[in-house]
Amino acid sequence: MLRTILHRLLQTLIVVFVLVSFTFIAVRLIPGNPFADEKAMQPHLRERVAEPFGLNASYPEQFGLYWKNILTKGDFGLSTSLFGRSVNEIIAHSFPISLTLGIFAMIIALLIGIPSGVLAALRKNSMIDYGSMIFAMAGICVPAFVLGPLLQLWIARNFDSLNVAGWERPSDILLPAFTLGVGVAAYVARLTRGGMLDILSQDYIRTARAKGVPTFTILRRHALRPALLPTVTFLGPAFAAIITGSFVVETVFQVPGMGQHFITAVTSKDYFLLQGIVLFYGVLMGGANLLVDIALAAMNPRLREGS
Amino acid sequence: MSSALPANLEKGTSLWKDARHRLFQNKLAVLGLLVIIFIFSACFIGGPIMHKMGIDPNKQDLSNQFSGPSSGHLLGTDQLGRDLLIRILDGGQISLLIAVLATCLTVSIGIVYGGIAGYVGGRLGNTMMRIVDGLLAMPFIIIVILFRELISARVEIAGLYLTDHWDWNRDLVIRFSNILPLLIAIAAFGWLTMSRIVRTSAASLAQQEFVEAARSLGLSHRRILFRHMLPNMLGPIIIYATLTIPSFILYEATLSFIGLGIEPPNSSWGTLIKEGANFLETKPAMIYYPSLVFSMTLFAFNFLGDGLRDALDPKAAKD
Repeated sequence: MLRTILHRLLQTLIVVFVLVSFTFIAVRLIPGNPFADEKAMQPHLRERVAEPFGLNASYPEQFGLYWKNILTKGDFGLSTSLFGRSVNEIIAHSFPISLTLGIFAMIIALLIGIPSGVLAALRKNSMIDYGSMIFAMAGICVPAFVLGPLLQLWIARNFDSLNVAGWERPSDILLPAFTLGVGVAAYVARLTRGGMLDILSQDYIRTARAKGVPTFTILRRHALRPALLPTVTFLGPAFAAIITGSFVVETVFQVPGMGQHFITAVTSKDYFLLQGIVLFYGVLMGGANLLVDIALAAMNPRLREGS
Repeated sequence: MSSALPANLEKGTSLWKDARHRLFQNKLAVLGLLVIIFIFSACFIGGPIMHKMGIDPNKQDLSNQFSGPSSGHLLGTDQLGRDLLIRILDGGQISLLIAVLATCLTVSIGIVYGGIAGYVGGRLGNTMMRIVDGLLAMPFIIIVILFRELISARVEIAGLYLTDHWDWNRDLVIRFSNILPLLIAIAAFGWLTMSRIVRTSAASLAQQEFVEAARSLGLSHRRILFRHMLPNMLGPIIIYATLTIPSFILYEATLSFIGLGIEPPNSSWGTLIKEGANFLETKPAMIYYPSLVFSMTLFAFNFLGDGLRDALDPKAAKD
């Protein structure tokens, strides 16, 4: 177990380093520079603007300075597109918003996905099964950028208590979180159904049935935990899917989260903001995968004994 | 020899015949195939026919904005009075082209890379797959976005340079230099899973007697890999390729929707849905029709892919 954790930590470190280095190089090799918006800026003026950002040094020096500032001072630099606000401040402000949205979406995904997957497996080849699998397929084929606008049109406009877009009232989280969660719920339902069918055909479940154990008890005591292993394994990639989805959902519903900042940072070549957000995403994904590893080991004794 | 066989001996069926039979038994998969054929012919045959009939996707008619369906415009017009139907068909050409070409690229790269890693095996094969694992640990969409940004201005400069030297159509080059970087970026990081699948098959095939036999006959490695092993790996490759196309259609549309993919004057299903979302209140049809075609295509490819998996790999089809 300890080895798995160390392995995952090492992997995360490497991934984050490679990812940030790639971003660092890519964003500097894209023609133009962060101050290109101010048209016809005099070169000497540009140099003076670039000075506080440390952008006049050579690339290797900038690279070294960037990591030094992060490791010694925890300083991620200044945003060039947002009037020199610090990247730390921007992330500290926008990350909680994205996190709340992501957690809500994940809860919705699990609340819809697991029960419908279990039901589909219990009533295999019934209307419930077909219904939930069609729903799952719809969740995959009707992506967030279609579902989001449709929900705005059909639901938000017909309920006074719901805003079409924005992030002011607590109820503003409902539609974006649902839009984001449904796509993940689809995969969760499919995986849960598959895992459940696998377990339900095992001998020990048949034995329990033969003994007359009620179905619900079989599920709770014997089937659910091993059947959910594929679903839990998927939660790592699901986290990545929620990040991707947040780019779309935050755009549709005007949520001021990290996804929106990422898109602006790319289009305005905001060096430090982009590097900071990518670094943050890398760390988050590593953390999510680590949690999944631990959860899997906790659920599956065979994994624990193996290491 | 053959005359000695009893006349009523059943003809042997090949794997592929069997699979085709199973596929055509699967109603959803057949429906998916028909929808795919329909959408492709609508976009790539119907679109050009409409162009020939004089319907121009870029012709603006500001006196005729947001009009409803009419004999001149079957699905009505958009915010600039452009015909919606021809825009959906033309957008489909770009969406489908990107997805299909990127899939072809990922399949080719995946076969060569995964095939070599599986066939050679050993330390080299393992190192090759370690690289794939490392790249797979990166967040796909972020890498694709950054890579596309990185190459897109260069592709445009190169295209314009070539236009100056050869007599190329400048307009077309500018349009194409918006499509190409997205295609390359998706393909450049999309081949990883394919190479894993190919590698798994290749590694198990490399242990089998017929490969041993081919090797002892002194055939070249390339011939063994592509003539003898590849035909035996086609099943999983076809299944995964069919499921890759809809995921690439989805990626293209996602990136175009957030403004980091296809841009005007080009249009794709992603940009059409984006425009539709902007005019949600004024004309809902602008989001209904492109989304409908888009989701139908995804459904069709997924049903076909699932059907192919059941048909080609009965062992994997558990349920």
